[in-house]
Formats: sequence, C-alpha cells, structure tokens
Amino acid sequence: MSDHREAILGRVREALRRPTDPHVRSTSAPATSEPRAWLPAGGDTHDDRVALFAEWSDKLKTSFITVADESQAAGELARIAAEEGWTSVGVHTDPLVQACTGQLTVSQLSTDGGYDPAELEKCDAGITACDALVAQTGSVVLTTASAGGRALSVLPPHHVAIARRDQLLPDLPSAYELLRQRYAAAWPSFMTIISGPSRTGDIERILVLGAHGPKKLTVILVG
Amino acid sequence: MSTPLEQFQHDAAQVAGDGDQRQFLRSSLSGYVTTRRGTQGRFQDYTSARAAAAEIKWNAIENLDKLLPQFADNLEARGVKVHWCRNGDDARKAILGVIHAHGAKSIVKSKCMTTEEIHLNELLENEGFEVVESDLGEFIVQLRGEAPYHFVFPAMHLKRGAINKLFKEKLKSADTDDPEQLTMIAREVLRQKYLDADVGISGANFGVAETGMISITENEGNARLTTAMPKVHIAVMGIEKVIPKLDDLALLLPLLATAGTGQHLTGYNSQLGGPRQAGEVDGPEEMHVVLLDNHRTRLLADQEQRDALRCIRCGACLNVCPIFKNVGGHTYGTTYQGPIGSVITPHLRGLSSWKHLSDSSSLCGACTETCPVQIDLHHHLLRNRRNSAQKQGGVLESLQMRIFSFVMRRPWLYGLGGKLGRIGHVLSRPIQGTKLDPLYKWRATRDFPDPAAKTFKEQWKERRR
Ligand code: SF4
Repeated sequence: MSDHREAILGRVREALRRPTDPHVRSTSAPATSEPRAWLPAGGDTHDDRVALFAEWSDKLKTSFITVADESQAAGELARIAAEEGWTSVGVHTDPLVQACTGQLTVSQLSTDGGYDPAELEKCDAGITACDALVAQTGSVVLTTASAGGRALSVLPPHHVAIARRDQLLPDLPSAYELLRQRYAAAWPSFMTIISGPSRTGDIERILVLGAHGPKKLTVILVG
Repeated sequence: MSTPLEQFQHDAAQVAGDGDQRQFLRSSLSGYVTTRRGTQGRFQDYTSARAAAAEIKWNAIENLDKLLPQFADNLEARGVKVHWCRNGDDARKAILGVIHAHGAKSIVKSKCMTTEEIHLNELLENEGFEVVESDLGEFIVQLRGEAPYHFVFPAMHLKRGAINKLFKEKLKSADTDDPEQLTMIAREVLRQKYLDADVGISGANFGVAETGMISITENEGNARLTTAMPKVHIAVMGIEKVIPKLDDLALLLPLLATAGTGQHLTGYNSQLGGPRQAGEVDGPEEMHVVLLDNHRTRLLADQEQRDALRCIRCGACLNVCPIFKNVGGHTYGTTYQGPIGSVITPHLRGLSSWKHLSDSSSLCGACTETCPVQIDLHHHLLRNRRNSAQKQGGVLESLQMRIFSFVMRRPWLYGLGGKLGRIGHVLSRPIQGTKLDPLYKWRATRDFPDPAAKTFKEQWKERRR
C-alpha cells in the first residue's frame, strides 16, 4: 500500500512558502503570558480547593466525600456498597485502593495482569486510584498506569475514585505539569480527565446521566 | 439531480416556513447561549484566553510542515501505524485495509466528522460490515438514515416523540417519552457492541505533536469505550488538528467546552498515544491514525483564508448564527454546517457549486464575535463572495455594478433616483404584495418600510444652515 507522506508534506511546504497575509494575521496578544491568569480560578489554599471541588461536584452531580483517613474511607465504601447492594467490584493493586477496600465483603475482580471484559462489565463498581484531582474544574485525572487500565473506570456503572490530600491540584496547567513530571520518560497509552459521571444532552438538551459510561461518580478525598 | 444551490433554496424555504420547528430550534439554541454566558463568566480573562488560543492555533497552522512529521514520528515510536491520506479514496482504502487485515466483522464508531466527510459508513455498510455509531445523537441520526444536523449536536432537530417512534420501530423498544429512558434504551443496545466489536473507529479533536497523542473530547464515555474494548483502534483526523504541546490542552480543552456546549469542561477529555504498552492491562493491540488532507492543503495555500484551519469545531458559530437558526442544519447539505461550513466548504468542495452558502449570511458578525479562536468568519464570507465574483461574475452582475457606480458618482442622478423611488413607492401601494408588484419576490417574505420623511442629504443641508 502506498503511503503519501511526502506528497502531503510537499503540499504543506509548498503552501507555507507563501506567508500569511498580514491583514488577517490579527491576533491580539493576551495581556499576560500566564494561562493561570486567564482560566477560571483554581483556589489558593487547600481549603479553597476543597470548597471549589465541592462546588463543581455539586454542579456535575459527582458525589464528593472528604474523610480524615483510610479507615473512614473504607467505612464510606462499605456504606455505599450496602446502600447500592453491590455484589462485586473491580479493583486494581494500589496501596490506597487496597487499604480502602479491605473491609468490603463483596467479591473483587482485579484488573491486574488482564481480566475478562464480560466479568468487569457485570461489576457494580470500579474502584480506582488516580493521578490528581483538579479544583478548577472538579475533575479526576487518571491514566492506565494509575487507575488499573482503561476500562476499570468507565465500564462498571459506578466509578469510585480515591485520592490523597496532596493530590488535589488547583488547575489544569498544574495537572499537565504533574503528568509530565511523572510520565515524560514513558507515557502511558491512555490518560483522561473525568468531569462528572457520563452524561448526554442529545435529546432535547435534557441532561441524562450514564449515557454509556458510569451513571455515578464518587470521589473520596482522604486526609 | 438538483444543484446544491437549488437544494439549499428548496430546503431553506421549507424549514423557515415550519414555525414549530423553528421555534424548537430557537429555544434550544437560546438555552445554550445562557449556559455559555455563565461559564464564560468564570474565566478570569476570557478575552485573553481566546487570544492565546488563537495564537496557539496560528502557530500550529504556520508550522504544520514541522509539526506534522513530529506528530507522526512520535506516534510511530510508540507503535502506532500512521496512514497519510491525500483524499477520501486514500483514507477509505487505508481503513478498509486495516479492517480486512483483521478479518473484522463488526465495527463500533464514536463521533467523527472527518469520517462523515469521506462517507465512511456508507462504504463500510456496502462492504457488508456492521457499523454502529455510539454517540447517542449520531446513533439516532444513523437509525434514521440521516446526516448529522449539527456537527456538535447531531440530533438537535428531533423531539423526544420522534425518537420514541424511531426506537419503537427500529429497536422494538417499549413506548416512552422520557429522555432518560430513551437514553437507557440506546445504552443497552450499545453496551454489547463495545464488547463484541473487532474494530473501534474514533475521531480526534487535537493531535499533540510533542508527545504523539491524539486528544478526544466527549461527554458520554462512548469514545472511551470505543477506544478501550475492541482489539483495533483507528483514529481518523484532519491534518489541521495538530497542536505543538501537551500543555496547550490546559487552555484549549476548557475553551472548546465553553464555546461548544457551555460546559466548563466536557465529561471526558482523553489523550491516547498508542496501543496497549508493555505492562498495561488492557487497550487495543493495534492503533492506527489516519491523517487526512482532503483539500486542507488547498485551504492552507490561501494566504488570506488559511486561518479557517484554526477551527476547533466547537460549533459555537452555528449556535449564534441567524441563518442557521432559520434554515437548520440539513439545508446546508454539507459536512460542516453554519458559518464555518459556509467558509470552508467552497475550499473543500469547489467554489462554484458552494458559493451560495456565503451569500446566505446576514454578515452580522455574531459568528466572528463568538469564535473561541478568533476566526474572522464573516469577513471570510465576504471574501468568498469576492472570489466567486472575480472568477465568474455574470454579465448581468457586472452591468448592474457598472450602472451602480455610474449613478453613485453623479450626485444629481443619485438624488433623482431617490425621488423617483419615493414616488414609485407611493404609487405602487395598491399593488403591493400582489403578483403585479415588480418587487413581489422581495416583498412576499419581507417588509419594505416606507422611506424616511427626509433624505440624509436634505437633513444635512438643514443642519448646515
Ligand atoms: S469557526 Fe470558531 S466558532 Fe465556528 S466551529 Fe470553528 S472554532 Fe467554533
């Protein structure tokens, strides 16, 4: 099969040989060069960030729970499991996830080392760690490396993400900075920023949760 | 077969005449404007954010010759096969090739306008594959055998009753008018498809050159499932989607969401760079990126209009456009509707058959004002008009212009014309609106107000006194 890389690049170079008409190159420069100064506010202190994350969670219909330590987090998980009548959950190996799911009496499917997608599909929840939370947008940042693969956080109908206190970041620029620090040597094949449970407004612009992914998103902040 | 122009005029008259539908369109679009305003207000400096985004995209377009190879090389280094495609034919062949190589049968797709551009579904269905659109709106229009109505909200023209009827007919589902239940019906159907499909096809909102990743923006999670479960993932992307750095997303993603749907960030913003890597537990075994030119380089060669390649397909210009509000999305007959569609379609598909889109504009500038990357849309519409006039201005048109300039350069003649016009206006009153009226075509659908009591020139004279 022929590949047209050179043909296309040739056309691109040919086109760009002529500079853009200065009359239309009229972008007005931003007042500063610091994205943080333009984007929505991210919160200066940890408490600001928690408050902001809570505000966005409310809007996005994320259930946001703050707890003092891992045993409290485990208690919250057990409570939700009982309330929703979970019979099985998907998990992955991560110290925080393990500490919080230790008390769960339901059967656990670990995605470590591969899993049967049909089995994961039957789980009531997927419980994952994450890379960061973003106060500016009420989002969870995760990757295949931090959250047990691609499907664990999207296939089961309830996604529970657990984060530690120091993982709550102010804004998206800091989130990308963190990802870069952590992974630039070997990027995972998948990273995502999750803002609320799966949603759609395709029918008369009326919000419906759980279009294809999780109907519920719970974020537990420990510490 | 009718020409695009005839089809446009016919459909426009029909949609504009349907009061109910117009009311429905208007109210959903005005809801959007309100939410968007709120979200925009959360930015500390929205104007600067727009300017910076425009600058990022400018640089990307002007450095495509460097960014594209960087993007492709980085993808390849991570085990992605990159297919460079000059046109729809190349792309269709490349995609079919991958599908055949895997002996695939069923295909699940997440929303991708670039594949609409190359009529991929039609081809795959003709070849006997099962192709299912997984975005709810796309799923609905696919079941109806229709093109998307709006490139961000594909099924925005349909009320729940119509969707209920469609689902009952095609999916044998229970009777319900509840959007939630309707959504759940689609969810059930599609769940199994993700697990069963051999190939997942997606689009890409951005291609990050620095890291060799594509970025996909969505709300439903269907793109995540489409790119996680099947063993092959094919992403189809126009060459103009490349941006230099990963960190640019920190600005572009919130802007895209704000302008596009009025959200501060859409539900899922995912970056994908490669198939499943060593040590990962899931993900496709193979990833392909189909890089499509399809006349984008022709637009790039236009020094004046190449900035239309900055478009991030947020759809905001459609939502505020008075023409779109009145004629609706299907009338355009294009992959990309609204102002941006009217600007780029003549470049992608030929000026002579598509210039009428640039005539159908109020030139109000609402699109330009709203565009998050500051594309000068309404002036581009004017430029398209100018280009088409230069290329093929009719004899009649040039005669009209000559008479016009003759009159305009002679104040006495202009004044006389005004007077005659006034007299004519009064004299023609009895026949106004009837077929005898020489201005019938105009007046049938528009008001022709009485002229002001005094002309500008008369007022000027009085003031000078
Ligand atoms: S032209 Fe601007 S407003 Fe219109 S879709 Fe593209 S980016 Fe959005």
